[in-house]
Amino acid sequence: MERMPSWADALLVPLISLLLAAFISALVIVAIGEDPLAAVVLMVKGSLGSTYGWGYTLYYATNFMFTGLAVAVAFHARMFNIGGEGQAIVGGLGVALVCLYLPLPHWTVALLVATLGAAAFGAAWALIPAWLQAKRGSHIVITTIMFNFIAASLLNYMLVNVLRPPRAQDPATARFPEATNLPTLHELLAPLGIEFSKAAPANVTLILALLACLLVWLLIWRTRLGYEIRAFGHSSTAARYAGINPVRITVLTMLVSGGLAGMMALNTTMGEAERLMLNSVEGAGFIGIAVALMGRSHPLGVLMAAILFGFLYQGGAELALWTSIPRELIVVIQALVILFTGALDNMVRMPLERLFLATRRKKG
Amino acid sequence: MTLMKTLLGATASLALTAGAALADPALIFDLGGKFDKSFNEAAHNGAQRWGEETGGSYNEIELQSAAQREQALRRFAEAGFNPVITMGFAMADPLSSVAPDYPDTKFVAIDVTWLEAPNVRQIGFAEHEGSYLVGMMAAMASESDTIGFIGGMDIPLIRHFGCGYAQGAKAVNPDIEIIANMTGTTPEAWNDPIKGSELTVNQIAQGADVIYAAAGGTGEAVLRTAADEGILSIGVDSNQNHLFPGKVLTSMLKRVDVAVYDAMKAGEDLETGVFNIGLAENGVGYALDEHNASLVSDEMKATVDAARQQIIDGEISVASYYENDSCPALTF
Repeated sequence: MERMPSWADALLVPLISLLLAAFISALVIVAIGEDPLAAVVLMVKGSLGSTYGWGYTLYYATNFMFTGLAVAVAFHARMFNIGGEGQAIVGGLGVALVCLYLPLPHWTVALLVATLGAAAFGAAWALIPAWLQAKRGSHIVITTIMFNFIAASLLNYMLVNVLRPPRAQDPATARFPEATNLPTLHELLAPLGIEFSKAAPANVTLILALLACLLVWLLIWRTRLGYEIRAFGHSSTAARYAGINPVRITVLTMLVSGGLAGMMALNTTMGEAERLMLNSVEGAGFIGIAVALMGRSHPLGVLMAAILFGFLYQGGAELALWTSIPRELIVVIQALVILFTGALDNMVRMPLERLFLATRRKKG
Repeated sequence: MTLMKTLLGATASLALTAGAALADPALIFDLGGKFDKSFNEAAHNGAQRWGEETGGSYNEIELQSAAQREQALRRFAEAGFNPVITMGFAMADPLSSVAPDYPDTKFVAIDVTWLEAPNVRQIGFAEHEGSYLVGMMAAMASESDTIGFIGGMDIPLIRHFGCGYAQGAKAVNPDIEIIANMTGTTPEAWNDPIKGSELTVNQIAQGADVIYAAAGGTGEAVLRTAADEGILSIGVDSNQNHLFPGKVLTSMLKRVDVAVYDAMKAGEDLETGVFNIGLAENGVGYALDEHNASLVSDEMKATVDAARQQIIDGEISVASYYENDSCPALTF
């Protein structure tokens, strides 16, 4: 009947999972003859030890916040949106079309219009699977996965045959006009007298991502639609009995989810590369699933999990740069964290829960 | 002992980041990774050969994400590595913004020829010329008058390979049929052995009896399936004749290894500028060794060598896919 305190559920469980993942990673690093302690120091220093490191960590975290929120919103309606990848790819197409073909005078206007473009394209890409699920019962997991491949092919076609400047070898669009370039944290913080690394790619999209966390929280817990989404997620039959239209909720939830995933493209496309490249999403849509699982589908949890994964990415880059730990092993470390915090969540939670209940009973 | 070594290694790398001017070269592999049995691995082999011959050491990174391109360039340049060697056309854009910030560092860009940067050595390979030669050999070896081409990811570079191949084949036999397929449209296409094998079986069913694979790691599966099904195949980038002796007609060589080796050997005295390396410079060519000697007849060799000389002399001009974004001999 009783449950463990919420602080233990939200903090202690992920922390123990992380330590377990770190322990096994350390064993793997020892096994290939490297020093795990030096590796950890290098990772922490490289990703959190300077504004340069933070700039990269937060850049990756921005991606994961958007895709994590996208998955989290769908989770609340008990839907598994695996299509974040494809929705972000198509969102990138929206950003590129807006930046290349609309005359945008200033980055503030450009950001606003590009956000609408990214969200609209991402949402549109989620609409078809949502509609198929709502009307025809086609499973959303299957359809969103398939739509990832269609999105990749669509982007490839557009870049190779339509958007690529003539005679360019690189399958990418031309650079966006100067006026659409988003300010980096360096430029944003300089007027406030804060020195931030010039080379790091974190940009104003980070603020947008934080805003999105707040808005998702408001949506899910402070609006009527959010209530309906949660009710539908807990029991679709009860929700229907209460007069909630399942088709409407399924479609609306997926539109929000797809829109959030699409907005992730703002960061990589408009913020970093300043042009649309083939591989601009790089699996962030899938990392979003782990981020949402670890963050227990709560925006604050998603925010913290996104920063953790940002740390893993930037720390991994530092390992790749300065040690001979092979790239595959860095992926193993990242995968172990996903495995322990996502898939093996109950392995830690259940014994911990029992432990808490036992101590409480003793006190009682 | 190992602990001591790695601790020392860690301090050494920290010292490097602090900017000690140790002019070792650095090598940045593209997303395919250094063991792709093809483009990146060729660079790895060149660097290893330099290391063995001179006893020198170099730093390297296998990129995992596009955001790391600029990051790796800046970190290596700041740490005093010189020259910094990069692989693949995707490095062009980051190089254009990073290279001007480090005028004392020399960069090498393989597969890039269009930058305006005084401190970059840009090396482009005439892949269409090498592909032309192996296309001729394919047409001569084919008994069904149908040959195949399997590319990796559908990007202009790979169409460039296929275009040269088709032109060479048509030069020998204007009526030959060329079946061209791409493995995919995502980076996974470089490493998708199942799809590569399926495409091979499919092309064989359509009558192809020689198949040219320009598909990175996927290519190995194409070569294997072709060998299993008893037809001939053509490898790419590195000499892949030895993978299936007597079953691989030849390999289109792209001497990335030589380019990397030369750059490392020259060190800080590296000459910068744009270098287009073709048949004349032995930058591309076809492979002939003990593994395919029995497959290449004297007549075939004579014809191909004559064509090679004609291309060098300018008597034959092989159309480049890049120049008009289309191919006269093949539609994709």
